[in-house]
Amino acid sequence: MDNLTTLEQKLQLGLAVQPKVNMENLTTVGQKIPKRDAPPKVIGAAQYIQDVKVPGMLYGKILYSKHPHAKILKLDTSKAEKLAGVRSVITAADMPATFRIGVMKDNPPLKTGKVLSIRDEIAAVAATSQEIAEEALSLIEVEYEVLPGIFDPLEAMKEGAILLHEEAKSNVLKMPWKLVCGDVEAAKKESAFIVQDTFSTPWVTHCCLGTSGCIAQFDTKDNLTMYSNTQIPSLAQNDYVEALNAFGLKNRRVRIIQAVIGGGFGSKLDTYSYEYIAMILALKTRKPVKIIFTREEEFFATSPRQCTITKISQGCDKEGRLTFREMEMILDNGAYTSWGATTPSVMMLPISSLYKVPNVKYTAKCVYTNNTYSQAMRGYGNPQATFAIESSLDQLAEVAGIDPYELRMKNANEPGELTPQNFKITSCGMKECMDEVVKRLDWKGKHGKGTGKGVGMASLIHVGGGARVYKSDGCGTIIKMDDFGKVDVFTGASDIGQGSDTIVAQIVAEVLGIPIDDVNVINNDTDICPWDVGVHASRTTFVAGNSALGAALKIKAQILEVAAKLLDEDPVWLDIKNGVVFSTKNNEKTTPLGKALRKVHYALGGKMLMAEYFYDPPNANFDKDFKGNLSVSYAYGAHGVEVEVDKETGQVKILDYIAAHDVGKAINPLLLEGQIYGGGLQGIGYALGEKMIYEKGELKNGNFLDYKMPTAKDIPPVQAVIVETDEKDGPFGAKGIGEPGLVPTAPAIANAIYDAVGVRIKDLPITPEKVLKALKEKEKKG
Amino acid sequence: MKKELTFTLNGEAINAEVDPQWTLLYLLREVLELTGTKEGCGYGECGACTVVIDGQAVNSCLYPVMEAEGKTVTTIEGLASRNGQLHPIQTAFINEGAVQCGFCTPGMIMSATALLDTKDKPTEEEIKDAVAGNLCRCTGYVKIIDAIKSVAGGR
Repeated sequence: MDNLTTLEQKLQLGLAVQPKVNMENLTTVGQKIPKRDAPPKVIGAAQYIQDVKVPGMLYGKILYSKHPHAKILKLDTSKAEKLAGVRSVITAADMPATFRIGVMKDNPPLKTGKVLSIRDEIAAVAATSQEIAEEALSLIEVEYEVLPGIFDPLEAMKEGAILLHEEAKSNVLKMPWKLVCGDVEAAKKESAFIVQDTFSTPWVTHCCLGTSGCIAQFDTKDNLTMYSNTQIPSLAQNDYVEALNAFGLKNRRVRIIQAVIGGGFGSKLDTYSYEYIAMILALKTRKPVKIIFTREEEFFATSPRQCTITKISQGCDKEGRLTFREMEMILDNGAYTSWGATTPSVMMLPISSLYKVPNVKYTAKCVYTNNTYSQAMRGYGNPQATFAIESSLDQLAEVAGIDPYELRMKNANEPGELTPQNFKITSCGMKECMDEVVKRLDWKGKHGKGTGKGVGMASLIHVGGGARVYKSDGCGTIIKMDDFGKVDVFTGASDIGQGSDTIVAQIVAEVLGIPIDDVNVINNDTDICPWDVGVHASRTTFVAGNSALGAALKIKAQILEVAAKLLDEDPVWLDIKNGVVFSTKNNEKTTPLGKALRKVHYALGGKMLMAEYFYDPPNANFDKDFKGNLSVSYAYGAHGVEVEVDKETGQVKILDYIAAHDVGKAINPLLLEGQIYGGGLQGIGYALGEKMIYEKGELKNGNFLDYKMPTAKDIPPVQAVIVETDEKDGPFGAKGIGEPGLVPTAPAIANAIYDAVGVRIKDLPITPEKVLKALKEKEKKG
Repeated sequence: MKKELTFTLNGEAINAEVDPQWTLLYLLREVLELTGTKEGCGYGECGACTVVIDGQAVNSCLYPVMEAEGKTVTTIEGLASRNGQLHPIQTAFINEGAVQCGFCTPGMIMSATALLDTKDKPTEEEIKDAVAGNLCRCTGYVKIIDAIKSVAGGR
């Protein structure tokens, strides 16, 4: 199929010359092309924020609260100020009193009067070395009056509970998450089988190997340059401009230069106190100031995945068709508000639309406590919701007497469906994914034996075609040609290790008919890169990919137009292959791309070839009832797992792991598999080991020794299965895959454990202690 | 009180004035500006700072700098040949897709190098053991192990 016009029309480019892109004989898209920035990374040349030095740079360090809830009676920085090498010591008095950050603007970057969590910043220093800065912190004298704290959201919701933010009048955030579709109460009456239970999930943290950090630098006119590892450069720029305004620096410019980013997973989706502290220190000292988190800070002072308590009830009719799903959720918001509080919006996606379920009711409350505050983490609430849904679904299958796979197939989503939350399902490979799982696991031979070995499965739905969570879901691309037929691609899409640098290059190379090595991708500087809403919601391949596709088609049209004059040929007959423009009609009419470009540049009255394209997908914000087609397409997948449970120790061993994902089209199977394997192991960590242990607001295991992140020894035999469904709106048919890899892992494992030994663990992580305890209880009951 | 330290670093003789309190990582990153070796935790639990000393993979963040006296130290910067030819393990990491964010990559490659220098054909278990102290959050380790295997097989 010659798909050029489809691509052109899809992106509504309105080009006079319509370039050809042959979808059948792809040369770059679909190939296992190594990540573009792997070479500098394997020789140690990649510069992470830890490695960046700016001349004259000072080192900033932050003093945190010693108590999760206390009044600050005295804060004396005089001794620290006198230490040789200290250039500035700041407290809340050095920031505008009303300046707040975060989703609810409830977080002053430096706290005064009262501290609400163990990570509350109360002072900071800038010094000529890291060591002096640390010593200075130890000289700051703070006197506290310890206050009783609230560490349990259920306690915090009680009448008369101590208020964290007195002005808010309640510990429950004013974010009333509520989704109602159909009539759950009526459906309950008509259900043949109903199950109900409670599930809970812990705080887990991103564990980016590169810790957080930044360098703030002001020029003589107080314009800010921030060296950063943000995954939202354009939105961070906006946050910083707001901050500078608040600091009395109106109408200043902000430039963000991203160093190579040492892992994201959602952790860099917001801006944080330390960034604003670095700015104030830089302003006070008139020097660049660098703040780099230690691993200890990375554990306690960054924002984890929020923990949840979920009540769920689901029902089906006699044939096993789902009748309703009702869920109530409580999220520990911690002391301040970041994106963690908005994850119920994404939880709604599986709650309303994972399988066909006509009647849905969901409410969620986010509750202030004196714990750490939460943020986005890969999956954005979906893993918590899917753990409850898919565990409960197995319970339902059991009471209904239906094989869990059959129940899932009976209710599986299908192309063309409009879900109760008004998601328009376009491509959908859910059934294919489940079939891959049962086939590869030998489900029929292994399920329901209860011999200490067992199999389990779970599916997922996630946004796969962008997600309109802001007013825009857009991304820009600029393409510029040089004299030699090589291109510079300026994209808004950040690379946090996932490989957008490579995907964008592949798409441009494919459209332009040039080798991928001729494509240079620039993606880390707001001064030159176009606007983008950020790396989140698994949107980059889809949105930045379509943006790159549009820009590439536009510049190809320009190239063909100038080449047409040069070759005296109608552009309709021209195409480019391997860097040579040629006529499909007359094989004598060819010119190397570079030659054509030089002719344009050097001609009298010449011009330069450059194209830009901003792609904002045709998806919708939720309406006031939280309904609307959030994404242009939806990603599906199913994971299946075989486990062996040691009844003596409670140890769960994964014998086999199948992760099948509907990705639309694999633009780069090598990187794609990397997302599936990486996501899968994060999911296994979430299922079986990881938990941030907070006791009375204090983190008890904030290091790699005590926080059990999986190592190479923990990986099971795993198969990544790619299912292609050719998403009509995706670039070359692709959908998102960044987050899905970890979404169904925990319930698949929990279901397999139940199949193996008949105990259901409803509280993550599934530790040997919990399994053993459940086994003993089961034995008692006989 | 600074002391003199002499050792071989990436094939060259190094004579440095060091504070005996320093770790080897500090000398490498902050003084010699060899920032390819990463600090991921500073207490020997993540392996991002792994270098090879006399054939052994070592966490340089825990290694007292004076201990390097007279020893041969190789960092990620010293793995490729002088004409820029990458070491086979570096090429394998690129081609097998073993690199995502890349922060663990230098340490991971150094651990792999120490293994491959002593064992021609390590088993999968031996590979996992060799990199068990190198944490990676991006890749799920699968392609890292594939990369090491591919070199082991090809030697």
